[in-house]
Amino acid sequence: MTSSHGRGLLHLAAALDQEGAYDAGSYVERARLAERGGLDFVTLGDTFARPGPDALAVLSRIAPATARIGLVPTVTTTHTEPFHVQAAVATLDWVSRGRAGWQIDVSTTEGEARLFGRRHAAPVDELWHEAGEVAEVADQLWDSWEDGAEIRDVATGRFIDRDKLHHVDFTGTTFSVKGPSIVPRPPQGHPVRVIDATEGHARRTAARHADVALVRVASAAQAAAVREQLRRTASEFGRNPDSLRVLASLLVDLGDGEHAAEPGHGGGGPRQSAQGPRYRGGPVDLAELIATWHTNRVVDGFHLTPTEPRRDLERLVNGTVALLQHRGLFRTFYPGSTLREHLGLAKPANRYAVTGATSWTGATS
Amino acid sequence: MTVRRPSRRRIHLAAHFPGVNNTTVWADPRSKSQIDFSSFEYLARTAERGLFDFFFLAEGLRLREHKGRIHDLDVVGRPESLTVLNALAGVTEHLGLAATVNATFNEPYELARRLATLDHLSGGRAAWNVVTSSDAFTGENFRRGGFLDRADRYTRAAEFVQVTRKLWDSWTADGIPRPFAHRGRHFDIAGEFTVPRSPQGHPVVIQAGDSDEGREFAAATADVVFTRHGSLEAGRAFYADVKRRLEKYGRGPDDLKIMPGVTFVLGDTAAQAQEKAYRIRRQQVSPQNAILALEQIWGVDLSSYDPDGPLPEIDPVAEPGISQGRTRRGDSVVIAEKWRALSKEKGLSIRQTVIEASGRQSFVGTAEAVAAELDEFVQRDAADGFILQPLITPGGLDEFVDKVVPLLQERGAFRTEYQGATLRSHLGLPDPVRKG
Repeated sequence: MTSSHGRGLLHLAAALDQEGAYDAGSYVERARLAERGGLDFVTLGDTFARPGPDALAVLSRIAPATARIGLVPTVTTTHTEPFHVQAAVATLDWVSRGRAGWQIDVSTTEGEARLFGRRHAAPVDELWHEAGEVAEVADQLWDSWEDGAEIRDVATGRFIDRDKLHHVDFTGTTFSVKGPSIVPRPPQGHPVRVIDATEGHARRTAARHADVALVRVASAAQAAAVREQLRRTASEFGRNPDSLRVLASLLVDLGDGEHAAEPGHGGGGPRQSAQGPRYRGGPVDLAELIATWHTNRVVDGFHLTPTEPRRDLERLVNGTVALLQHRGLFRTFYPGSTLREHLGLAKPANRYAVTGATSWTGATS
Repeated sequence: MTVRRPSRRRIHLAAHFPGVNNTTVWADPRSKSQIDFSSFEYLARTAERGLFDFFFLAEGLRLREHKGRIHDLDVVGRPESLTVLNALAGVTEHLGLAATVNATFNEPYELARRLATLDHLSGGRAAWNVVTSSDAFTGENFRRGGFLDRADRYTRAAEFVQVTRKLWDSWTADGIPRPFAHRGRHFDIAGEFTVPRSPQGHPVVIQAGDSDEGREFAAATADVVFTRHGSLEAGRAFYADVKRRLEKYGRGPDDLKIMPGVTFVLGDTAAQAQEKAYRIRRQQVSPQNAILALEQIWGVDLSSYDPDGPLPEIDPVAEPGISQGRTRRGDSVVIAEKWRALSKEKGLSIRQTVIEASGRQSFVGTAEAVAAELDEFVQRDAADGFILQPLITPGGLDEFVDKVVPLLQERGAFRTEYQGATLRSHLGLPDPVRKG
C-alpha cells in the first residue's frame, strides 16, 4: 500500500502497560485517549513472571468501551494450550468486532516453568520454534470454519454445513491439535499477529508468521537494516514482504516540555537505556523524529511505550499525533473499522475454501 | 434440616446463555446469532434488568461428532467464555459473570489468574463453574491428550480448586505477594502469583454433577451447585442429601446454594402455554434429530428408518461409540426397553417417542402459575433458586423478566433492587476465610 509520496501509511501504536493497575477504569481511559488520537492499536504486555493482570482479559474488558482502536494483548505460547489461546484471541476479535491482535511471546525462565510444573525451561530457539507452530495451528484453526458455514437450513434441519468445517490434524514438536476450532472464523479471518523481532531467535518466527514486527532499535540505520532483513526473510518464506509492517519500539519520556531539554538528545534521536531504546524530549521533537524515520522509509511506523503512562500518552496524543495530523502525515479519522483495515492488510483467504466455480472432484463425482 | 428462617425465602435467579444441544430453538425466526457479541450483551442486560444474580456460560472444547462426522443438527460453535464475560463486565454493573471452565484441560496457575483478573475487572462479580472431563476425544485438542483416568477426574478437580484458592490467598491484605508452594498428586508448583487479592477474595465456585462423587465434591468446595433435578420430589431429595453433607466440612446449610437448570414456557392461559410447549418440542426434535437421538442409544446407523414409523426391532449394541463429545446418560439397553414400552403403550412413532421421552420444559403455564411454582420449590426446600435456560437467543428471557419477576417480587420472594456490589453479596454467601 503506497501513498502519493511513494511510502506507506504511517502506523502508530501505544502500550497501555501500567504497574499496579488492576481495575478497568485506568485502562479504559487510556485506550479511549489513544483512540481519540486515531492510533492503529494499543498493546498490553503480559508475563507469568511479574505482577500484572491477564492482558487479553483487560483488552476484552476495554472492547465494548471503544469502537475503532485495535487491541493487542500479549499471550505467551510456552505454558499455555494452543487450542485455548487461539479460541481466546478469536473471541477477542468477535467481542471487538474485528479489532483483535495477538502479541506472541515465550516464557524462558525456570521460575515460570515452576508455576506450571509441567516442563523445565527450554532454550530460547526451541521456544520460538514452538511459538511459530502455535501461530501456525492458530491460523489453521481460524480457517477451520469457512465463512458462511452457519446455514440454519430449517428444511433439512441442519444448523451448519459441515462440509465447511475442517479437522486441522496438526502435529507439532510439543503438541498436537485435532480441530476444528470451537469458535467460528473470527471477523478478521486471522486476528493480527505481532512479534517483537528484536532478538535473533524471534526474528525468523516474526518474518514467517507476524503481520506486525516490533523492533527495539536506537538508530535509524539499525531500524532500516532490521526491516530489510525481515522483508527479505519473509520473501524466502514465500510471503509478500508488503504484508509485513515493521514498527520501531521506543520508550518515550515526554516530560521535558515542547522540545528536548538536553541539547542533541530529543531531536537527535533515541538512546539505548537499560530498559531499551528510549526517547527523551518534547512531543514536537518526537513528531520530527517519527516524520523523518518514516519519510526515509526506515520503518512503517512506531510502537511507543510511555514512561509515565498517563502523562506521556496524553502528550503523545495531544502533542505529537496532533502535529503529525496537522502536517498530513497521520490519519485524522479511521476510514475502516477493523485492525487489518487500519494497517492496510487484507483479510486472508481461507485455505480450505474452494476457489473457482466447481472443484475437479466435484465435477466428476 | 432444621433451619429457622425469619420470613419468606428469597429466590436466586441466573440466566444461562442458550448454547449447543437442542434446548435452543434455533429454527425459530426470532432466534439470532449465538456468536455475535450483541446477543450476549442483550441477554446479559435483560438478566440485569431482571435483577438476576448471575449470567452463566457453558463450555465446549471439541465439536460433537456423530458417525465420524461433525454434528450439524443443533447449534454448533461458541466463543470462549472468560473473554466474553470480561467484555460483558464493561456493559453491566451488578450482574454476576459465571464461566464454565474445565479443570482437566487447564492448569491452576493460569486459570486462577484469569479468574482473579475477571473479578478485578468486574468489581467482584466473577464465578467459575468447575467441570471435568475424562474424554480422550476432547483430549485430542490438548497437549496432554486423553491422559486422565475416569477415577482421577474428581481428585484432580478437588486438588485444582484447592491450589487455585491457595493462589488467591497468596497476597497479603496490604498488597504484598508472598511465595506459594504446592506439592500434591496432580500438581507440583511454586512461585509467586501475579494478581493481588480480588474484590471477592475468591470468585464464586459453582459445581455441576449429580453423581455421588460430584455431590461430595460440591459439599466440600462449591458455593453453588448446578443440578438437573427439575421435579419437586427429586429436587427435595437432592437438596436434603447435599445440604446434609455440608456439616462434615464445617459448613452451614446457607453456605451452598442449590440451583437446578430449568426451562420455562409462558402463555396467557394454561392451555395456550401447553400448546406452545408442544410446538417448541416439535421444533427441538425435528425428524432428523429424532433419528439422531435413536442412533445415540442404539449405537448403529438408523438412517433408513422412518421418523414417523415404529421403533427398531433390533437391540442396541452394548458399547455405542457412534456419538462423541456428548455425555452419555445410562445403560442403552435399559433405555431402549423403556422407550419401546412407552411407544407400545401410547402408540407413538419414533419422533413422538423421542419427544415424549426426552427432556421437556420444566415450568409451563401462565406467569402467575410459574411464579407460584418457582416459589413453592424454594419454600419447600427443593431449590435455593434456578438457572433459567431460555429457548431463544437472545430474547428468550424478556417475557420472564417482564412478567414473572414482578410477580415474584410481589410475593416477597425476589429482590427489588441489588443490595450489594459483588456476586457473593447477591447470593448471600459468606466471605471466604483466608488460609495461611
